[in-house]
Amino acid sequence: MSPFAALLRRDLAAMFGSGARGGAALPVLFFLAVATLYPFAVGSDARLLAETGGGVLWIAALLAALLPIERLVRPDLELGLFDQLALRGVAEEASLAARILAHWLSFGPPLMVAALPGAALMGIEAQTLLNLELGLLVGTPGLAALGVMAAGLTAALRSGAALGGLLAIPLAVPLLIFGAGSLDGNADGALALTGAASLVLLALAPFAAGAAIRAARE
Amino acid sequence: MQAPRLIASDLACRRGDRVLFAGLELDLRPGDALHLAGPNGVGKTSLLRLLAGLMRPFAGSVEREGAVGWIDEHSALDPDLPLGTALRFWERVDGCTAPDINPQLLGVDHLLDVPVRYLSTGQRKRAAFVRLLNRHCPIWLLDEPLNGLDSDGAAKIEALIALHCGGGGLCVVASHQPIGIDRVTRMELGA
Repeated sequence: MSPFAALLRRDLAAMFGSGARGGAALPVLFFLAVATLYPFAVGSDARLLAETGGGVLWIAALLAALLPIERLVRPDLELGLFDQLALRGVAEEASLAARILAHWLSFGPPLMVAALPGAALMGIEAQTLLNLELGLLVGTPGLAALGVMAAGLTAALRSGAALGGLLAIPLAVPLLIFGAGSLDGNADGALALTGAASLVLLALAPFAAGAAIRAARE
Repeated sequence: MQAPRLIASDLACRRGDRVLFAGLELDLRPGDALHLAGPNGVGKTSLLRLLAGLMRPFAGSVEREGAVGWIDEHSALDPDLPLGTALRFWERVDGCTAPDINPQLLGVDHLLDVPVRYLSTGQRKRAAFVRLLNRHCPIWLLDEPLNGLDSDGAAKIEALIALHCGGGGLCVVASHQPIGIDRVTRMELGA
């Protein structure tokens, strides 16, 4: 088994397991909690709910993706995992790419499933729901990359998690604008831009976080 | 195992504003065992990290021939996993099918079902040596390998180091304890 596959397997087992790194259900529960609470806060105006619900679900997805930042990189840095991997010729970029993939698998597809009951609670129309699902499909990989990047950049810092959240949210704005923008009517362009923003983050994240982890060694 | 070599020329290390050492020369060949000693903060761990390539030297250069096996205070074993599972991850990364003999050799074979977080410092150290042995790398860089070990464990580790160097490997050990093996060169940092 290649180191990448071994890492992916370990990360997935850790995220879906019950240990300290576990809790893959947490982002989904958070997402569903927002979807459940929002109608209570806004009231029973069905039109208002249907119009704003999609955007709220996007915000919920974004925050849900950033929820596990504290657990994404820091525990492994403290464990000395990256040192041992570096001495085996496994670049930090490769192990972080595996981490991004594992992180996405742990919340991206589950969120897309959770968006179905979420949309039902908001009374969102079928077409909007389809656009939401497509947007989440292309947008959540970018959110996963962003989460790992913020986690890597702040892993060596004290109170890194709070800082990581602050760091990630502005960078998530393009995803949010294009993702939520794809909800009504003219979706194709907005979806393409969501995908573009997602790809930029995916391309950047392993290198940014990898450089941060190497810098933390000095 | 290829013939290992570890050469440091004119090596200097800076931590913050302080230069810990400068002009350090090393030339280690197969069979060499080097014991780094010296007071706290003199740069033993930093020197090991420089030799491993985990840190960049402030000046000078390090040449390595051969893969590096590394032991320090971090076990790099998942605390939540049973020891056997945590070790299996490294077997997969290293692409080796580990023999059962190594856990037995280090006396951790009865702990393979126990989550790593319940293990003592010494038991974790033994487990780290299992991972090191599973990998057959010619250069061993060990930072305080005897910390937390009982006398039986320490004797085992010393025997392993002697065996490793006797088999053509080379080894650098940073330790406050004396290393009870023959043919060990002692280097006092900061002296």
